Amino acid sequence: MSESGKKIRVVIAKPGLDGHDRGAKVIARALRDAGMEVIYTGLRQTPEQIVTTAIQEDADGIGISILSGAHQFYFKRVIDLLKEKNASDILVFGGGVIPEDDIPGLLEMGAGAIFGPGAPTSSAIEWLEKTVAAKIN
Amino acid sequence: MHKLTERALSGDIRAMARLISMAEDRADGIDSFMKELYPYIGRTWIIGVTGSPGAGKSTLADKLIEHFRERGGVKVGVLAIDPSSPYTGGAILADRLRMQRHTADEGVYMRSLAARGSLGGLSRGTREAASILDACGFGIVIIETVGVGQSEIDVMRVADTVCVILAPGLGDDVQAMKAGIMEIADIFVVNKADKPGADRVVNEVRAINRISAVVKTVAETGDGVPELGAELRSHWERVREGEPGKLREAARMCSKIEEILAERISESARRLWAKRQNEILPLVLNRQLDPYSAADIILSDITFFLRG
Repeated sequence: MSESGKKIRVVIAKPGLDGHDRGAKVIARALRDAGMEVIYTGLRQTPEQIVTTAIQEDADGIGISILSGAHQFYFKRVIDLLKEKNASDILVFGGGVIPEDDIPGLLEMGAGAIFGPGAPTSSAIEWLEKTVAAKIN
Repeated sequence: MHKLTERALSGDIRAMARLISMAEDRADGIDSFMKELYPYIGRTWIIGVTGSPGAGKSTLADKLIEHFRERGGVKVGVLAIDPSSPYTGGAILADRLRMQRHTADEGVYMRSLAARGSLGGLSRGTREAASILDACGFGIVIIETVGVGQSEIDVMRVADTVCVILAPGLGDDVQAMKAGIMEIADIFVVNKADKPGADRVVNEVRAINRISAVVKTVAETGDGVPELGAELRSHWERVREGEPGKLREAARMCSKIEEILAERISESARRLWAKRQNEILPLVLNRQLDPYSAADIILSDITFFLRG
């Protein structure tokens, strides 16, 4: 690996009230093992906190893990706040318990990708590497 | 002036965060950005917070942010360093976890830095990151080191005031740390002072180092934080004005220039070696050339290269 070069930085966020962060930790470790720098913010983050964190950390992407069923609300709020702060180039992706039928709506809203239950972590890694590279070039 | 520098200086956090990434990545052109920022640098008070894992560095940093913000206008930046994996280069950065409540405060900027192979407790680019915050008007910068123990002395070369955090129940730490980290502290903090054994730690510290102040805190509740704040300020006032401060500044500038030199030379070496590796490596592997002479070839290329 070269000494200089761009590192992919990702914020892994757990918005809302559900207290299950196992999924978030699994994806955080998988991204780390793929050589990325993962900023982990812990449970019960507000969309405002998530977006401020991503901006301060100069993150390439925000990964949202939701199991509470409130994904419509949180994705919309995070994406809107990024727009408000002129930071729409920060990718938003997500996973957790998100019904198949809700995915097209989230993508239309501006989410880059949704990885449902059973999706291998490698699919998120590949997507991030590809999308961040495309963004830079 | 570059647009990015202008935006950062005018208070645009995204631009500032991007500059910090460029410093971390050693991106092309970062030196020219640093040159543009240089006239605005030199006003910030840099506080280093170091100590063993579990001593309470992040929690204490969180309380110090609160303490300084309550006292009025000064903007506070935090640079928190966590280790990188030596195998993949990846990292999980979780120091923010204990400071997240400050995200709503626009006068606070927090940044997680991965050590990226540095062993002295800071990361590549920490020094530049502190300078960038300095230029952008952050009056106080708190640097939290990785926290793996006694060899983390790089922070001394960057910070104005170094705070070493100890806690009872971490074994014979104080004895073990005698030679390294114990010598660089301007202020010792014995955190978790409500736990048994705290006074013993205080006595052990005093037995080793009679000069530096010792403050007891309970970071979790905030006990002792105002006293720590007062000690920190009194150290800064002494250092800023007097002869020791000038010596420290000279030593710091010296190590900064050495760092820039080492960085530039090793970067050129790396590039030139990459260019000639295919040609030279087989000669060494066939024992037609020894590795020292191989390095000589690259070094003479560098001399040529640097003369332009």
